[in-house]
Amino acid sequence: MSDVRRALALIGKDLTTERRSKAAFNAMAFFAAMVLFIFSFALGPDAPGMVTAGQTLLQYLWPGLLWVAIFFTGILALGRSFQVELDSGGLEALRLYPGDKKAIYAGKLVANLILLSAMELLLIPVSAVLYNIDLWDKIPALLGVTLLGSVGFAAVGTFYAALTANLRAREVMLPVLLFPILVPVVVAAVKATTLIVRGDPMAEMWTWLRILGLIDVVLLTVCTLTFEFAIED
Amino acid sequence: MLETLILVVAISVIVFGVIGYSLSLVRMPEQATRRWGTVMGIAALALLVLGFFLGLVWAPPERIMGDVYRIMYIHFPSWAGTGAGYLIAFLASVFYLKSRNMNYDYVALAAAEIGLLFNVTGLITGAFWGRPTWGVYWTWDPRLTTTAIMAITFGGYLVLRAFMDDPESRARAASLVAIVGFVNVPIVYFSVRWWRTLHQVQSSPQTVDSPIVWALRTMMIAFVLLFVFMLTRRYLLARIRGEEEMEAVRLEVAG
Repeated sequence: MSDVRRALALIGKDLTTERRSKAAFNAMAFFAAMVLFIFSFALGPDAPGMVTAGQTLLQYLWPGLLWVAIFFTGILALGRSFQVELDSGGLEALRLYPGDKKAIYAGKLVANLILLSAMELLLIPVSAVLYNIDLWDKIPALLGVTLLGSVGFAAVGTFYAALTANLRAREVMLPVLLFPILVPVVVAAVKATTLIVRGDPMAEMWTWLRILGLIDVVLLTVCTLTFEFAIED
Repeated sequence: MLETLILVVAISVIVFGVIGYSLSLVRMPEQATRRWGTVMGIAALALLVLGFFLGLVWAPPERIMGDVYRIMYIHFPSWAGTGAGYLIAFLASVFYLKSRNMNYDYVALAAAEIGLLFNVTGLITGAFWGRPTWGVYWTWDPRLTTTAIMAITFGGYLVLRAFMDDPESRARAASLVAIVGFVNVPIVYFSVRWWRTLHQVQSSPQTVDSPIVWALRTMMIAFVLLFVFMLTRRYLLARIRGEEEMEAVRLEVAG
Protein backbone atom coordinates (compact mmCIF):
# COMPACT_ATOMS: atom_id res chain seq x y z
CA MET A 1 0.00 0.00 0.00
CA SER A 2 1.50 3.31 -0.96
CA ASP A 3 2.08 6.02 1.59
CA VAL A 4 -0.66 8.27 0.26
CA ARG A 5 -3.22 5.48 0.35
CA ARG A 6 -2.16 4.61 3.88
CA ALA A 7 -2.62 8.22 4.96
CA LEU A 8 -6.02 8.41 3.28
CA ALA A 9 -7.08 5.16 4.91
CA LEU A 10 -6.09 6.57 8.30
CA ILE A 11 -8.08 9.75 7.67
CA GLY A 12 -11.08 7.69 6.60
CA LYS A 13 -10.86 5.54 9.70
CA ASP A 14 -10.58 8.48 12.09
CA LEU A 15 -13.43 10.41 10.49
CA THR A 16 -15.68 7.36 10.39
CA THR A 17 -14.99 6.63 14.05
CA GLU A 18 -15.68 10.23 14.91
CA ARG A 19 -18.86 10.37 12.84
CA ARG A 20 -20.24 7.32 14.61
CA SER A 21 -19.39 8.24 18.18
CA LYS A 22 -19.18 12.02 17.92
CA ALA A 23 -17.34 11.83 21.24
CA ALA A 24 -14.60 14.34 20.47
CA PHE A 25 -16.87 16.72 18.62
CA ASN A 26 -19.47 16.79 21.38
CA ALA A 27 -16.83 17.32 24.03
CA MET A 28 -15.34 20.16 22.00
CA ALA A 29 -18.70 21.78 21.32
CA PHE A 30 -19.63 21.82 24.98
CA PHE A 31 -16.19 23.04 26.03
CA ALA A 32 -16.24 25.80 23.42
CA ALA A 33 -19.69 26.95 24.50
CA MET A 34 -18.51 27.00 28.11
CA VAL A 35 -15.44 29.06 27.20
CA LEU A 36 -17.55 31.60 25.29
CA PHE A 37 -19.93 31.95 28.20
CA ILE A 38 -17.14 32.28 30.74
CA PHE A 39 -15.56 35.10 28.75
CA SER A 40 -18.84 36.92 28.81
CA PHE A 41 -19.22 36.45 32.57
CA ALA A 42 -15.60 37.33 33.27
CA LEU A 43 -15.41 40.46 31.13
CA GLY A 44 -19.01 41.64 31.36
CA PRO A 45 -21.16 41.58 28.21
CA ASP A 46 -21.83 45.30 28.28
CA ALA A 47 -18.47 46.55 29.53
CA PRO A 48 -17.35 49.27 27.12
CA GLY A 49 -14.28 48.70 24.99
CA MET A 50 -11.49 51.11 25.72
CA VAL A 51 -10.29 52.14 22.30
CA THR A 52 -13.27 52.55 19.98
CA ALA A 53 -16.47 54.19 21.16
CA GLY A 54 -19.68 52.23 20.92
CA GLN A 55 -17.94 48.87 21.16
CA THR A 56 -18.05 46.48 24.08
CA LEU A 57 -14.95 44.92 25.59
CA LEU A 58 -15.98 41.51 24.28
CA GLN A 59 -16.23 42.84 20.74
CA TYR A 60 -12.89 44.56 21.04
CA LEU A 61 -11.16 41.46 22.37
CA TRP A 62 -12.99 38.98 20.15
CA PRO A 63 -10.02 38.03 17.91
CA GLY A 64 -7.90 37.09 20.91
CA LEU A 65 -10.77 35.35 22.70
CA LEU A 66 -11.58 33.36 19.57
CA TRP A 67 -8.08 31.96 19.32
CA VAL A 68 -7.92 31.21 23.06
CA ALA A 69 -11.16 29.26 22.66
CA ILE A 70 -9.83 27.45 19.56
CA PHE A 71 -6.60 26.43 21.27
CA PHE A 72 -8.12 25.21 24.52
CA THR A 73 -10.88 23.34 22.72
CA GLY A 74 -8.55 21.93 20.09
CA ILE A 75 -6.30 20.38 22.71
CA LEU A 76 -9.16 18.03 23.57
CA ALA A 77 -9.31 16.67 20.02
CA LEU A 78 -5.55 16.47 19.66
CA GLY A 79 -5.08 14.56 22.90
CA ARG A 80 -7.80 12.16 21.88
CA SER A 81 -6.44 11.43 18.42
CA PHE A 82 -3.74 9.12 19.72
CA GLN A 83 -5.61 8.15 22.85
CA VAL A 84 -8.13 6.14 20.84
CA GLU A 85 -5.27 4.24 19.20
CA LEU A 86 -3.67 3.47 22.54
CA ASP A 87 -6.90 2.18 24.08
CA SER A 88 -7.67 -0.26 21.30
CA GLY A 89 -4.10 -1.40 20.60
CA GLY A 90 -4.09 0.42 17.31
CA LEU A 91 -0.87 2.28 18.10
CA GLU A 92 1.16 -0.96 18.09
CA ALA A 93 -0.38 -1.91 14.76
CA LEU A 94 0.45 1.47 13.28
CA ARG A 95 4.06 1.15 14.42
CA LEU A 96 4.38 -2.31 12.89
CA TYR A 97 3.07 -1.42 9.42
CA PRO A 98 5.90 -1.21 6.89
CA GLY A 99 6.60 2.03 5.12
CA ASP A 100 7.21 5.61 6.05
CA LYS A 101 5.86 6.81 9.39
CA LYS A 102 5.25 10.15 7.74
CA ALA A 103 2.07 8.68 6.28
CA ILE A 104 0.74 8.20 9.81
CA TYR A 105 1.64 11.79 10.65
CA ALA A 106 -0.04 13.10 7.50
CA GLY A 107 -3.15 11.05 8.09
CA LYS A 108 -3.53 12.04 11.74
CA LEU A 109 -2.73 15.66 10.91
CA VAL A 110 -5.43 15.94 8.24
CA ALA A 111 -8.00 14.13 10.37
CA ASN A 112 -7.29 16.50 13.28
CA LEU A 113 -7.42 19.48 10.94
CA ILE A 114 -10.84 18.45 9.64
CA LEU A 115 -12.12 18.02 13.17
CA LEU A 116 -10.70 21.39 14.23
CA SER A 117 -12.21 23.09 11.19
CA ALA A 118 -15.63 21.62 11.95
CA MET A 119 -15.36 23.01 15.46
CA GLU A 120 -14.22 26.41 14.20
CA LEU A 121 -17.06 26.59 11.65
CA LEU A 122 -19.38 26.37 14.63
CA LEU A 123 -17.36 28.52 17.01
CA ILE A 124 -16.97 31.59 14.82
CA PRO A 125 -20.68 32.19 14.01
CA VAL A 126 -21.82 31.28 17.54
CA SER A 127 -19.35 33.67 19.15
CA ALA A 128 -20.29 36.38 16.64
CA VAL A 129 -23.94 35.94 17.64
CA LEU A 130 -23.25 35.83 21.38
CA TYR A 131 -21.02 38.90 21.32
CA ASN A 132 -23.02 40.75 18.66
CA ILE A 133 -20.32 41.12 16.03
CA ASP A 134 -21.05 41.70 12.34
CA LEU A 135 -18.92 39.27 10.32
CA TRP A 136 -20.91 38.62 7.13
CA ASP A 137 -18.65 40.32 4.59
CA LYS A 138 -15.49 39.16 6.33
CA ILE A 139 -16.21 35.42 6.31
CA PRO A 140 -13.90 34.39 3.41
CA ALA A 141 -10.90 36.24 4.86
CA LEU A 142 -11.65 34.88 8.33
CA LEU A 143 -11.86 31.32 7.05
CA GLY A 144 -8.50 31.72 5.34
CA VAL A 145 -6.76 32.99 8.46
CA THR A 146 -8.44 30.37 10.63
CA LEU A 147 -7.28 27.61 8.29
CA LEU A 148 -3.68 28.85 8.27
CA GLY A 149 -3.62 29.11 12.05
CA SER A 150 -5.25 25.70 12.45
CA VAL A 151 -2.66 24.07 10.19
CA GLY A 152 0.14 25.27 12.46
CA PHE A 153 -1.81 24.24 15.55
CA ALA A 154 -2.63 20.80 14.18
CA ALA A 155 0.95 20.25 12.97
CA VAL A 156 2.62 20.65 16.37
CA GLY A 157 -0.42 19.37 18.21
CA THR A 158 -0.47 16.04 16.37
CA PHE A 159 3.28 15.69 16.86
CA TYR A 160 3.14 16.29 20.62
CA ALA A 161 -0.01 14.19 20.98
CA ALA A 162 1.94 11.23 19.55
CA LEU A 163 4.84 11.99 21.86
CA THR A 164 2.74 12.18 25.03
CA ALA A 165 0.31 9.37 24.13
CA ASN A 166 2.05 6.86 26.40
CA LEU A 167 2.49 9.10 29.41
CA ARG A 168 0.61 8.87 32.68
CA ALA A 169 0.27 12.65 32.82
CA ARG A 170 -0.53 13.25 29.16
CA GLU A 171 -3.39 15.65 29.85
CA VAL A 172 -1.00 17.95 31.64
CA MET A 173 2.05 17.42 29.44
CA LEU A 174 0.34 18.10 26.11
CA PRO A 175 -0.60 21.72 26.94
CA VAL A 176 2.68 22.34 28.79
CA LEU A 177 4.78 21.24 25.83
CA LEU A 178 2.48 22.67 23.16
CA PHE A 179 1.86 26.23 24.26
CA PRO A 180 5.40 27.66 24.02
CA ILE A 181 5.58 26.35 20.44
CA LEU A 182 2.19 27.87 19.64
CA VAL A 183 3.19 31.40 20.68
CA PRO A 184 4.20 32.53 17.17
CA VAL A 185 1.02 30.99 15.72
CA VAL A 186 -1.12 32.79 18.33
CA VAL A 187 0.62 36.12 17.74
CA ALA A 188 0.29 35.96 13.97
CA ALA A 189 -3.24 34.50 13.87
CA VAL A 190 -4.68 36.98 16.38
CA LYS A 191 -2.98 39.88 14.62
CA ALA A 192 -4.35 38.82 11.24
CA THR A 193 -7.85 38.24 12.65
CA THR A 194 -7.79 41.66 14.32
CA LEU A 195 -6.84 43.29 11.03
CA ILE A 196 -9.74 41.58 9.29
CA VAL A 197 -12.30 42.58 11.89
CA ARG A 198 -11.12 46.10 12.63
CA GLY A 199 -9.90 47.24 9.26
CA ASP A 200 -6.40 47.36 7.85
CA PRO A 201 -5.30 50.99 7.41
CA MET A 202 -1.66 50.16 6.62
CA ALA A 203 -2.31 47.07 4.43
CA GLU A 204 -0.40 44.78 6.79
CA MET A 205 -2.71 41.82 6.22
CA TRP A 206 -0.71 40.05 3.53
CA THR A 207 2.51 40.42 5.52
CA TRP A 208 0.92 38.67 8.46
CA LEU A 209 -0.54 35.94 6.29
CA ARG A 210 2.89 35.33 4.82
CA ILE A 211 4.42 35.24 8.33
CA LEU A 212 1.76 32.75 9.44
CA GLY A 213 2.35 30.67 6.32
CA LEU A 214 6.11 30.66 6.93
CA ILE A 215 5.63 29.59 10.55
CA ASP A 216 3.38 26.76 9.34
CA VAL A 217 5.98 25.60 6.81
CA VAL A 218 8.78 25.57 9.40
CA LEU A 219 6.69 23.72 12.00
CA LEU A 220 5.42 21.20 9.44
CA THR A 221 8.96 20.54 8.22
CA VAL A 222 10.47 19.98 11.67
CA CYS A 223 7.57 17.80 12.83
CA THR A 224 7.46 15.72 9.65
CA LEU A 225 11.19 15.05 9.78
CA THR A 226 11.14 13.92 13.41
CA PHE A 227 7.73 12.23 13.64
CA GLU A 228 9.14 8.71 13.25
CA PHE A 229 10.95 9.24 16.57
CA ALA A 230 7.83 10.62 18.23
CA ILE A 231 5.73 7.56 17.56
CA GLU A 232 8.38 5.05 18.63
CA ASP A 233 7.81 3.10 21.77
CA MET B 1 38.03 46.97 11.68
CA LEU B 2 40.83 44.83 13.07
CA GLU B 3 39.24 44.91 16.50
CA THR B 4 35.95 43.61 15.09
CA LEU B 5 37.81 40.80 13.33
CA ILE B 6 39.65 39.82 16.51
CA LEU B 7 36.35 39.88 18.40
CA VAL B 8 34.65 37.67 15.82
CA VAL B 9 37.52 35.18 15.81
CA ALA B 10 37.64 35.11 19.62
CA ILE B 11 33.89 34.54 19.93
CA SER B 12 34.00 31.81 17.26
CA VAL B 13 36.84 30.04 19.04
CA ILE B 14 34.93 30.17 22.33
CA VAL B 15 31.64 29.00 20.81
CA PHE B 16 33.11 26.11 18.84
CA GLY B 17 35.41 25.26 21.73
CA VAL B 18 32.52 24.95 24.17
CA ILE B 19 30.42 22.93 21.71
CA GLY B 20 33.35 20.65 20.84
CA TYR B 21 34.23 20.12 24.50
CA SER B 22 30.64 19.33 25.51
CA LEU B 23 30.17 16.79 22.75
CA SER B 24 33.58 15.24 23.44
CA LEU B 25 32.45 14.49 27.01
CA VAL B 26 30.54 11.59 25.49
CA ARG B 27 33.72 9.68 24.74
CA MET B 28 35.70 10.76 27.79
CA PRO B 29 36.50 8.24 30.54
CA GLU B 30 35.40 9.16 34.05
CA GLN B 31 38.79 10.18 35.41
CA ALA B 32 39.46 12.51 32.51
CA THR B 33 36.02 14.07 32.93
CA ARG B 34 36.65 14.72 36.61
CA ARG B 35 39.99 16.30 35.85
CA TRP B 36 38.61 18.57 33.16
CA GLY B 37 35.86 19.60 35.54
CA THR B 38 38.34 20.59 38.21
CA VAL B 39 40.44 22.54 35.75
CA MET B 40 37.39 24.40 34.45
CA GLY B 41 36.23 25.05 37.99
CA ILE B 42 39.49 26.61 39.04
CA ALA B 43 39.66 28.72 35.89
CA ALA B 44 36.03 29.80 36.38
CA LEU B 45 36.65 30.75 40.01
CA ALA B 46 39.74 32.75 39.12
CA LEU B 47 38.00 34.67 36.36
CA LEU B 48 34.88 35.21 38.45
CA VAL B 49 36.94 36.77 41.23
CA LEU B 50 38.74 38.95 38.70
CA GLY B 51 35.52 39.82 36.94
CA PHE B 52 33.70 40.76 40.13
CA PHE B 53 36.60 42.96 41.15
CA LEU B 54 36.71 44.66 37.76
CA GLY B 55 32.97 45.04 37.57
CA LEU B 56 32.10 46.04 41.10
CA VAL B 57 35.21 47.97 42.17
CA TRP B 58 37.38 48.98 39.23
CA ALA B 59 34.86 50.07 36.59
CA PRO B 60 33.48 53.58 37.08
CA PRO B 61 29.79 54.28 37.76
CA GLU B 62 27.70 54.80 34.66
CA ARG B 63 26.74 58.31 33.58
CA ILE B 64 22.99 57.91 33.84
CA MET B 65 22.37 54.89 36.01
CA GLY B 66 25.09 55.33 38.59
CA ASP B 67 25.91 52.09 40.36
CA VAL B 68 22.63 50.30 39.52
CA TYR B 69 24.02 49.31 36.12
CA ARG B 70 26.51 46.93 37.77
CA ILE B 71 23.89 44.17 37.82
CA MET B 72 24.64 44.02 34.09
CA TYR B 73 27.83 42.14 34.93
CA ILE B 74 25.68 39.20 35.96
CA HIS B 75 22.71 39.86 33.67
CA PHE B 76 24.48 39.89 30.27
CA PRO B 77 26.78 36.91 30.91
CA SER B 78 23.76 34.85 32.03
CA TRP B 79 22.55 34.89 28.44
CA ALA B 80 25.85 33.42 27.29
CA GLY B 81 25.25 30.52 29.65
CA THR B 82 21.62 30.24 28.54
CA GLY B 83 22.45 30.18 24.84
CA ALA B 84 25.29 27.72 25.35
CA GLY B 85 23.07 25.43 27.41
CA TYR B 86 20.16 25.30 25.01
CA LEU B 87 22.35 25.05 21.91
CA ILE B 88 24.30 22.12 23.38
CA ALA B 89 21.04 20.49 24.52
CA PHE B 90 19.78 20.78 20.93
CA LEU B 91 22.95 19.37 19.38
CA ALA B 92 23.28 16.57 21.93
CA SER B 93 19.62 15.66 21.32
CA VAL B 94 20.18 15.43 17.58
CA PHE B 95 23.26 13.26 18.13
CA TYR B 96 21.32 11.06 20.55
CA LEU B 97 18.57 10.35 18.02
CA LYS B 98 21.17 9.43 15.41
CA SER B 99 23.51 7.33 17.56
CA ARG B 100 21.30 6.21 20.50
CA ASN B 101 24.35 6.66 22.73
CA MET B 102 22.92 7.42 26.20
CA ASN B 103 25.90 9.66 27.00
CA TYR B 104 24.45 12.21 24.58
CA ASP B 105 21.23 12.17 26.56
CA TYR B 106 23.17 12.89 29.73
CA VAL B 107 24.89 15.84 28.05
CA ALA B 108 21.52 17.14 26.82
CA LEU B 109 20.00 16.88 30.29
CA ALA B 110 22.94 18.61 31.95
CA ALA B 111 23.04 21.36 29.34
CA ALA B 112 19.28 22.00 29.47
CA GLU B 113 19.24 22.11 33.26
CA ILE B 114 22.16 24.51 33.53
CA GLY B 115 20.87 26.56 30.64
CA LEU B 116 17.57 26.92 32.50
CA LEU B 117 19.44 27.98 35.63
CA PHE B 118 21.22 30.76 33.73
CA ASN B 119 17.97 31.64 31.97
CA VAL B 120 16.12 32.20 35.24
CA THR B 121 19.10 34.12 36.63
CA GLY B 122 18.98 36.40 33.61
CA LEU B 123 15.24 36.95 33.96
CA ILE B 124 15.45 37.76 37.68
CA THR B 125 18.48 40.06 37.39
CA GLY B 126 16.76 41.70 34.45
CA ALA B 127 13.67 42.37 36.53
CA PHE B 128 15.80 43.85 39.31
CA TRP B 129 17.59 46.06 36.81
CA GLY B 130 14.40 47.09 35.08
CA ARG B 131 12.58 48.33 38.14
CA PRO B 132 14.85 51.27 38.99
CA THR B 133 15.79 52.06 35.40
CA TRP B 134 12.62 51.48 33.35
CA GLY B 135 10.16 51.71 36.21
CA VAL B 136 8.74 48.26 35.58
CA TYR B 137 9.81 44.71 36.49
CA TRP B 138 8.59 43.34 33.18
CA THR B 139 7.69 44.40 29.68
CA TRP B 140 6.54 42.30 26.74
CA ASP B 141 9.27 43.33 24.35
CA PRO B 142 10.76 40.68 21.98
CA ARG B 143 13.84 39.85 24.03
CA LEU B 144 12.08 39.42 27.38
CA THR B 145 9.20 37.50 25.82
CA THR B 146 11.55 35.15 23.96
CA THR B 147 13.66 34.42 27.04
CA ALA B 148 10.53 33.73 29.07
CA ILE B 149 9.28 31.31 26.40
CA MET B 150 12.70 29.62 26.39
CA ALA B 151 12.44 29.11 30.14
CA ILE B 152 8.95 27.63 29.81
CA THR B 153 10.05 25.36 26.96
CA PHE B 154 13.01 23.88 28.76
CA GLY B 155 11.13 23.80 32.04
CA GLY B 156 8.68 21.60 30.14
CA TYR B 157 11.65 19.49 29.00
CA LEU B 158 12.58 18.79 32.61
CA VAL B 159 8.96 18.14 33.65
CA LEU B 160 8.57 15.64 30.81
CA ARG B 161 11.68 13.79 31.94
CA ALA B 162 10.29 13.63 35.48
CA PHE B 163 7.18 11.86 34.21
CA MET B 164 9.00 9.15 32.26
CA ASP B 165 10.68 6.14 33.84
CA ASP B 166 12.05 4.12 30.94
CA PRO B 167 15.49 5.58 30.17
CA GLU B 168 15.42 5.10 26.41
CA SER B 169 11.86 6.38 25.88
CA ARG B 170 12.66 9.32 28.11
CA ALA B 171 15.82 10.16 26.19
CA ARG B 172 13.98 9.90 22.88
CA ALA B 173 10.99 12.02 23.94
CA ALA B 174 13.13 14.63 25.69
CA SER B 175 15.38 14.91 22.63
CA LEU B 176 12.37 15.74 20.46
CA VAL B 177 11.20 18.41 22.91
CA ALA B 178 14.68 19.97 22.96
CA ILE B 179 14.92 19.96 19.17
CA VAL B 180 11.48 21.43 18.46
CA GLY B 181 11.84 23.84 21.38
CA PHE B 182 15.19 25.15 20.21
CA VAL B 183 14.05 25.59 16.60
CA ASN B 184 11.10 27.53 17.98
CA VAL B 185 13.27 30.19 19.67
CA PRO B 186 14.11 32.33 16.61
CA ILE B 187 10.52 31.94 15.35
CA VAL B 188 9.19 33.32 18.63
CA TYR B 189 11.72 36.17 18.61
CA PHE B 190 10.86 37.33 15.10
CA SER B 191 7.11 36.96 15.40
CA VAL B 192 7.02 38.94 18.67
CA ARG B 193 9.33 41.55 17.15
CA TRP B 194 7.08 42.09 14.13
CA TRP B 195 4.07 42.12 16.41
CA ARG B 196 5.54 44.88 18.57
CA THR B 197 7.11 47.12 15.94
CA LEU B 198 4.47 49.76 16.52
CA HIS B 199 5.69 50.13 20.08
CA GLN B 200 8.98 51.51 21.29
CA VAL B 201 11.50 48.71 21.67
CA GLN B 202 13.74 49.21 24.69
CA SER B 203 17.36 49.76 23.73
CA SER B 204 20.25 48.44 25.76
CA PRO B 205 22.57 50.98 27.37
CA GLN B 206 25.57 52.05 25.34
CA THR B 207 28.74 50.75 26.89
CA VAL B 208 31.30 52.74 24.99
CA ASP B 209 33.48 53.22 28.05
CA SER B 210 36.57 51.01 27.89
CA PRO B 211 36.80 49.83 31.52
CA ILE B 212 33.17 48.76 31.45
CA VAL B 213 33.67 46.79 28.22
CA TRP B 214 36.68 44.97 29.62
CA ALA B 215 34.95 44.14 32.89
CA LEU B 216 31.99 42.84 30.93
CA ARG B 217 34.17 40.71 28.65
CA THR B 218 35.92 39.22 31.68
CA MET B 219 32.59 38.33 33.25
CA MET B 220 31.35 36.84 29.97
CA ILE B 221 34.34 34.50 29.79
CA ALA B 222 34.03 33.76 33.50
CA PHE B 223 30.39 32.74 33.05
CA VAL B 224 31.23 30.59 30.03
CA LEU B 225 33.88 28.79 32.12
CA LEU B 226 31.36 28.49 34.96
CA PHE B 227 28.88 26.96 32.52
CA VAL B 228 31.46 24.45 31.28
CA PHE B 229 32.43 23.54 34.85
CA MET B 230 28.81 23.03 35.92
CA LEU B 231 28.06 21.10 32.72
CA THR B 232 30.95 18.71 33.34
CA ARG B 233 29.90 18.01 36.92
CA ARG B 234 26.21 17.68 36.09
CA TYR B 235 27.01 15.43 33.12
CA LEU B 236 29.10 13.16 35.32
CA LEU B 237 26.31 12.97 37.88
CA ALA B 238 23.75 12.20 35.18
CA ARG B 239 25.99 9.53 33.72
CA ILE B 240 26.59 7.81 37.05
CA ARG B 241 22.88 7.87 37.88
CA GLY B 242 21.98 6.79 34.37
CA GLU B 243 24.33 3.83 34.40
CA GLU B 244 22.94 2.73 37.77
CA GLU B 245 19.44 2.98 36.36
CA MET B 246 20.32 0.95 33.29
CA GLU B 247 21.93 -1.66 35.53
CA ALA B 248 18.76 -1.85 37.63
CA VAL B 249 16.63 -2.24 34.50
CA ARG B 250 18.92 -4.98 33.20
CA LEU B 251 18.76 -6.87 36.52
CA GLU B 252 14.97 -6.56 36.55
CA VAL B 253 14.70 -7.96 33.05
CA ALA B 254 17.17 -10.77 33.76
CA GLY B 255 15.82 -11.73 37.18
